[in-house]
Amino acid sequence: MSTSENTGFDQGITGKIFAAARNEGRGALVGYLPVGYPTVPGSLEAMRALCGIGDSGTKEYAGVDLVEIGMPYSDPVMDGVTVQKASTRALQRGVRVRDVFSAVEAVAETGTAAVVMIYWNLVEHYGPHAFARDLVAAGGAGLITPDLTPDEAGAWFEASDSYGLDRIFLVAPSSSDERLAATVDSCRGWVYATSLMGVTGARAQVSSAAPALVERIRSLRPQALAGVGLGVSNGAQAAEVNGYADAAIVGSALVATLIQADDAGSPDDLAGLRTVVADLATGVRSGTSESAVRLSN
Amino acid sequence: MTSTPIARAHSAAQDDQLPDDSGHFGRFGGKFVPEALYVALDQLEAEFGRAMKDPQFWAELDALRKDYSGRPTPITEVPRFTRAALTGSPELTGVPVDGPDTSPTIVLKREDLNHTGSHKINNVLGQALLTKRMGKTRVIAETGAGQHGVATATAAALMGLECRIYMGKVDTERQALNVARMQLLGAEVIAVESGTQTLKDAMNDALRDWVASVEDTHYLIGTVAGPHPFPKVVREFQRVISTEARAQLLERYDRLPDAVAACVGGGSNALGIFADFIPDESVRLYGFEAGGDGVETERHAASISSGGVGVLHGTRSFVLQDEDGQTKDSHSISAGLDYPGVGPQHAWLADSGRASYEAITDSEAMDAFRLLSETEGIIPAIESAHALAGAIKLVRRLSEEDREQPPLILVSLSGRGDKDVDTAMKWFADIHGEATGSSEL
Repeated sequence: MSTSENTGFDQGITGKIFAAARNEGRGALVGYLPVGYPTVPGSLEAMRALCGIGDSGTKEYAGVDLVEIGMPYSDPVMDGVTVQKASTRALQRGVRVRDVFSAVEAVAETGTAAVVMIYWNLVEHYGPHAFARDLVAAGGAGLITPDLTPDEAGAWFEASDSYGLDRIFLVAPSSSDERLAATVDSCRGWVYATSLMGVTGARAQVSSAAPALVERIRSLRPQALAGVGLGVSNGAQAAEVNGYADAAIVGSALVATLIQADDAGSPDDLAGLRTVVADLATGVRSGTSESAVRLSN
Repeated sequence: MTSTPIARAHSAAQDDQLPDDSGHFGRFGGKFVPEALYVALDQLEAEFGRAMKDPQFWAELDALRKDYSGRPTPITEVPRFTRAALTGSPELTGVPVDGPDTSPTIVLKREDLNHTGSHKINNVLGQALLTKRMGKTRVIAETGAGQHGVATATAAALMGLECRIYMGKVDTERQALNVARMQLLGAEVIAVESGTQTLKDAMNDALRDWVASVEDTHYLIGTVAGPHPFPKVVREFQRVISTEARAQLLERYDRLPDAVAACVGGGSNALGIFADFIPDESVRLYGFEAGGDGVETERHAASISSGGVGVLHGTRSFVLQDEDGQTKDSHSISAGLDYPGVGPQHAWLADSGRASYEAITDSEAMDAFRLLSETEGIIPAIESAHALAGAIKLVRRLSEEDREQPPLILVSLSGRGDKDVDTAMKWFADIHGEATGSSEL
């Protein structure tokens, strides 16, 4: 329904944000934070900071282009230790699925788009239709589903189509060409390329599997938009990723700043977070733009 | 086994064809996993399919079962246990009366006599052979009571595979003996400190390991849960329990049992002893879940008896979950049953009514544990004691029915209780302490 003209790929809501960044000659920046950590109100403040909102309550610096709001889950098999630690604390402190919608509203109010990263049982339990309805009402753009592939996503296809939401599925270096193509065709917005064979977590270097994976996506589906996550932790890496991908996704490096502040006894101190966001935002703006050439052609 | 005197019902036989090609048992089952694992699951499914049709694979597995594991395991009649359960005394009392013998018979399928002390070795030997066939050099596994971990470490030692076992920290403490056994067998044991530090968290960490290591590693899941094809693979490797038991009962009693009983955590020994009886409509199938302090409390692990439909560890089944769908903590005195989910085929069998599931409390299980030990000289695993406690209920119920012949009940004695000695001594000391009014330690 929202297929962009002249592309074979449905950019949905969030793919258009990636394309707009590309028009500025850069790749996009996606930042992940879990709702409920350090507290529900504290996580909303952190997400605003992610969007460039300073202590004054107004936009003070370049933030991320898209916020990935994580919903903590009791059995998060794709989360690395950093995200697990924050999620476990958030659950212990009482975060509820409905808090996701408050977070989406808070992000939407800043003018930045938000998608929700959520394990499937929580959506299934809420009801896929009801979840999609409430997500749209809050101003959300779609879902990233780490443990739901198109194979089992019948109910999610229906709900996301009914409400015009983006569907961001994951692909991995181990995915066959057949599965890569089928997964990209099932996505709306963009496809999440996991750059390592592994779970989330900041790493010293982003694996060489990532460019190869994006290259395969490009050769199979030239118009698809791809974000690369798992392992990106600083501005230089984000720039490197955006040399071949449409967006760099950063999670653990951001969450780590909140854990550091929490452990230091000042959970509401967002200075560390803002420093990392500034570095990342600068990084994506300094990157070379081979892909920009590709897209503008 | 090529021809049996007992006819099988066609409709029930169709049940046996599940799961379908995409791994579903009706609305249950499936593959809810990160994309990164698909390649490994597809590879396993393909290799399993080839192996099932390969006489050489079966020859190799049958030889291991016979020469290494000690199969076939015997069946053992337990008349003293049965009498004690019914009358309070194991001794024959009263004057023999004329007429047919109406006393019920309970028969144990002795999986405790397998090498490593439980049924877990049946599945492990099969999957370890598959691992070799897939050209992988490393296995990882989750374990609760440690029985599956010990079995996996054993097969890894036998076949020269690198081995890492994930075990909840709480479980490493209550099953210290099995931790030592795994280490002696050359396996690395990781005490998992995330979440509730029990079986479900061990499974999370094993899945995380696998996401990063699929190229050279096989995740040797120990139960009939997890994403497709695991529920099918594990069932087929455990099917030997019922294939043997069905033939043994027909040979000894010339009839099928009235009921088959097994404990259910994830449910692998239960599906093993159910599998060949599923098409036998006259045979009632009973799974006994861990009722902990009672299903009316928050402290139990009875997913079918009181859980809702949900997705956990890659499959849709019954799951203990809160109002948001977050997995709830389970509790059982038995580490091997302390799991908030259950295999999807059990959910299907419960939904379709082919099998019945009931909860057994810690207290009922420990009474049965002691009774079997004292009346028959067999110390069961606490897991298996849940099946024994269930059998006691069944034998009482069946004895009250108007029947043509006395009831015959088959019970899966899935493991031996050596690993549980500490837990049992503490339990009975606490009970004794309460009875005498002494204070807690």
